[in-house]
Amino acid sequence: MAITEAPRIVTSRLEHDDSHTLERYLATGGYEGLRKALSMSPEDVAREVDAVSLLGRGGAGFPAGRKWSMLRKAPTTYLVVNGDESEPATFKDHLLVERDPHQLIEGVVIAAYAIQATRAFIYVRGEFALGLERVQSALNDAYEHGAVGRDIFGSGFSIDVVVHPGAGAYICGEETALLESLEGKRGFPRIKPPYFPAAIGLYGEPTVVNNVETLSNLPWVIMNGSEAFTALGAGRSTGTRLFALAGHVRNPGVYEVEMVKTTFRDLIFAPILGGGIPGDRELKAIIPGGVSAPWFGPEHLDLPLGQDEVGEAGSMLGSGSIVVMDDSTCVVRAAWRITRFFWRESCGQCTPCREGSGWLEKILRRIEDGDGREADVDLLMDVCDNLAPGVSWPPQQTTICVLGSSIPSSIASAIRMFRDEFLVHVKDGGCPHV
Amino acid sequence: MSTAGSVHLSADIVTRARELIDLYPHPRSALIPICHLAQEQDGWLRPEAIDEIAALVGLTPAEVLGTASFYEMLHTEPVGTYVIAVCTNIACMLRGAYELLDHIQDSLEVRAGATTADGMFTLEETECIADCGRAPCLAVNHRFVGDVTPESFDGLVDGLRNGTMADDIPRHGTLVRVRRQGGLRVDDATIRAERETASAKATGGA
Repeated sequence: MAITEAPRIVTSRLEHDDSHTLERYLATGGYEGLRKALSMSPEDVAREVDAVSLLGRGGAGFPAGRKWSMLRKAPTTYLVVNGDESEPATFKDHLLVERDPHQLIEGVVIAAYAIQATRAFIYVRGEFALGLERVQSALNDAYEHGAVGRDIFGSGFSIDVVVHPGAGAYICGEETALLESLEGKRGFPRIKPPYFPAAIGLYGEPTVVNNVETLSNLPWVIMNGSEAFTALGAGRSTGTRLFALAGHVRNPGVYEVEMVKTTFRDLIFAPILGGGIPGDRELKAIIPGGVSAPWFGPEHLDLPLGQDEVGEAGSMLGSGSIVVMDDSTCVVRAAWRITRFFWRESCGQCTPCREGSGWLEKILRRIEDGDGREADVDLLMDVCDNLAPGVSWPPQQTTICVLGSSIPSSIASAIRMFRDEFLVHVKDGGCPHV
Repeated sequence: MSTAGSVHLSADIVTRARELIDLYPHPRSALIPICHLAQEQDGWLRPEAIDEIAALVGLTPAEVLGTASFYEMLHTEPVGTYVIAVCTNIACMLRGAYELLDHIQDSLEVRAGATTADGMFTLEETECIADCGRAPCLAVNHRFVGDVTPESFDGLVDGLRNGTMADDIPRHGTLVRVRRQGGLRVDDATIRAERETASAKATGGA
């Protein structure tokens, strides 16, 4: 297997212990991208980003440049950074805010300049105490350095950036829930339409919401140009991407690899990446893009890590997290734990999600505990059908946001791939793995 | 928005709360950050703190409580000095989180969701805290500890009990120890004027 020699775009400084400091940042080319951007017109910066097909790295994969171009023209415009990383097994934005906060801030100011924002907010997941301290500390230094605030680097462009802590709610990663939370309210996703905060966002003003990793790419894109970026990857999936690899691998961690040119097999088995499965056990299943994604089996190992490639195969790259499950894994238990998560995190606005998640959790629990019935397997699929009619991919939606329609992914995957294991639980009156 | 009634929240907390309010176009946006500040003082959101926060941001106490109760990190009941949140979500579960949780419950002699009799530890079973490269992992007052074993957990508890970790892990409620230096540098009117000029230039000075 070949791992491509792609440059590291967003993790280039992580070999240094002091990668979070202004001193290290400046010694490694920091804020040069911003200086260059400020010498260009805002439109040219936006065009450059549009040209690289920078797919949003948060989960939905919407092109950042297009998001910007949809902004309604108004005197007040906001840029909001989504740093609420909470999708289970996703831990790459956590790394970026803790280890390279200046890179994020530089990306924020470049984006704010391109869209001519009037203020920027960095919403950081509340549980990231160290991340919040690192971003605030970096921001204080960035103000002092003249990279944020009044008349940045003498360019005449000014922007204030505010760090805002969340307080523990998965749903606030949904961009309209995040805006509600930033307004000081419960994190209830907003009813669509409008589909995009670009029309009606924070306080009703046009707003761009971009993910941490998405923005962290911008300094490199501006410095090296769109051609250097689009030379990496293929099709719509350009550049590199961070993948958070977790579960049954020798080296769990965050890896930056070239999109499309790298496969699931490379990521999981290459000695310099995942290093394979401990004890050389057999691979049972992969969750390819956060727990909202349908699962893959060993037959998908050679699939390229590209947004469209994975989409066409019936799942998604989503949040960039990959969970590896070996043959010792009880899939009923895995589906139960993921469903329990959705049940705990459902905001409660929509009946199918609020009630469905709870019923699914209870049924899975009783199968795992040995109290299940044969009809429970069809019952699970029936409840899933109420949440996402047809239980197809991409899912049909019956709720305000995609949390509800994501719940069936793990359950339907486990049943379709391993129906017999559910029946063994019922027949034996318990979990064969315990 | 009178705060003449602030007798529970300290003068320092109220000053910092006002600084936060000034960072946002609408005071209500500062609600959650101010709730964190109140927890820094008390460890949890006391009813008298909720009343005073409501006055600071121009809401009713019910609106503050209704918002705060949505969020896991904001506690409307007392918690221990150290809140230990053990992740049991999929990545940690695959690497022994439930076995670890069993050990922790036995070791602290509390079930998840409860506080030890001495008020030192509150144990929580939490959702993914995004540290899966070091699973199984946990957080103590939101400071993350990875690759946890039963032995390393017992060592951690010893360190917390005898005070040797006080610098690494502050008492519950202190979330961010780095303060913002200075308020906003550009007022809204200036920004809008600058943006209009920039936009006029872009459209050929029309």
